[in-house]
Amino acid sequence: MVSRVPDITVIGGGVVGLSVAVGLLQKGHRVTVLDGADADFRASQGNFGLVWLQGKGADFAPYANLTSNAVSSWPSFASRLTKLSGIDLALDQSGGVEFFTEQAELDDFAAGLKRQQAHLGGQISHEVISGDDLRRSHPDIGPDVVGATFCERDGHVNPLRLLFALRSAFLALGGELRSDSHVMGVAAVAGGGFELSMRDGTSLGAERVVLCAGLGTTLLAMQLGFVTRVRPQRGELLITEKLASRLPFLSSTIRQVDEGGVQIGGTKADAGLDDSETLDLMAGLAQHAVKVLPALADVRVIRAWGALRVMSPDGYPVYARSPEHNGAYLVTCHSGVTLAPAHSGILPVWIDNATDAPDLEAFDENRFALSSAA
Amino acid sequence: MKIASRFLPRPDLGETVTMTLDGEPVTARLGDTVAAAVLAHSGDASRQSVKGSPRTAYCMMGVCFECLIEVDGKPNSQACMIQVREGMVIRRQNGLRDLGGHTDA
Repeated sequence: MVSRVPDITVIGGGVVGLSVAVGLLQKGHRVTVLDGADADFRASQGNFGLVWLQGKGADFAPYANLTSNAVSSWPSFASRLTKLSGIDLALDQSGGVEFFTEQAELDDFAAGLKRQQAHLGGQISHEVISGDDLRRSHPDIGPDVVGATFCERDGHVNPLRLLFALRSAFLALGGELRSDSHVMGVAAVAGGGFELSMRDGTSLGAERVVLCAGLGTTLLAMQLGFVTRVRPQRGELLITEKLASRLPFLSSTIRQVDEGGVQIGGTKADAGLDDSETLDLMAGLAQHAVKVLPALADVRVIRAWGALRVMSPDGYPVYARSPEHNGAYLVTCHSGVTLAPAHSGILPVWIDNATDAPDLEAFDENRFALSSAA
Repeated sequence: MKIASRFLPRPDLGETVTMTLDGEPVTARLGDTVAAAVLAHSGDASRQSVKGSPRTAYCMMGVCFECLIEVDGKPNSQACMIQVREGMVIRRQNGLRDLGGHTDA
């Protein structure tokens, strides 16, 4: 008996891989997702859950546009996922704030927002608010805050429920999800298709492969002739005990999850493949939160963790077709939550190379090849 | 080989303290935990869960967090890990704590 070979095999079952896979199923493909082991580094299980626009693509118009479109698509994306999975994602897009305690940093960031706005025309507006004006409307904001920027299109989602909903939707649409399926090697087969060598010693055939393996991407990318190399960037996060009251704002570093706890994050460190926490950075996060909202001082932190972001060389997404092997695609990015609707909506059309396929040339990896040749 | 018990008899000093529980006077023995004192005072629930179901101390050893209660204005305090003191102000906690330190009790 010949087992049915899926049209498309997605390597990686995190938010990025499952977003693409759900979109491919909706286009009528037979899709298998190969997910790694529980102990793998999983950005999808450690992230902050922002659906964030402000500041994105200030110096790269295609990224500003991609993000803006994804943010616009989030409400319909979320309701489709909820319909398929029965899971409420707690999407809230009522605006977000960046707080600053240094005037120079605020000025820099505000200048970036102007550049972003120039790329997006009327699709984004932002406000720069002085500390005193902030405190007039929100007297709870601390005196060390010199100002803030606000964008009414920013929001957040419950990231663990997003992952759960994507898995449920994928299965509901008839996808095949294989867990603990670590792909060690991928090789093109003469005459078309690919052979995947699995850690358990078996091999799998694949007609087409989409690499969405987060930090596991680099090794497989090399084998397929891609030049993209991703690196880990560690972020640390705190979460507090749950509060009955709602915080008066959402910020990119302080957000109250729908269940009531306050998540605090935003550190960036190059620490290799080490996702442990550090006391000094955890203390710094807590101090930042208390500077912004002094009432948080007596709220207990109940858990802290580190997680590894997946960073391309320039921090922007990479959507690339293999230059050497027809039918191999590479999809990697840092903002897998914000961009999920784009990954589910437009990447399947691009993978199909349909006549209405979006132009994603700006996200091709040839930008790295050129820079390393220069 | 004899293994000594880790449990020690509670020192019964014969002294008592007076506290308040939701404004009502409560007498407890010195050396008792708040959880023990609250349980000895009344078998009623000592808090309500987020969803409003009645709860009280269970493990008595700092693990289960069922005994959370407000002690001297501090919400979410583990009653089984705190010893009684004269004049302590204890309040049953209903649902989640608030920002600014008070529950909605």
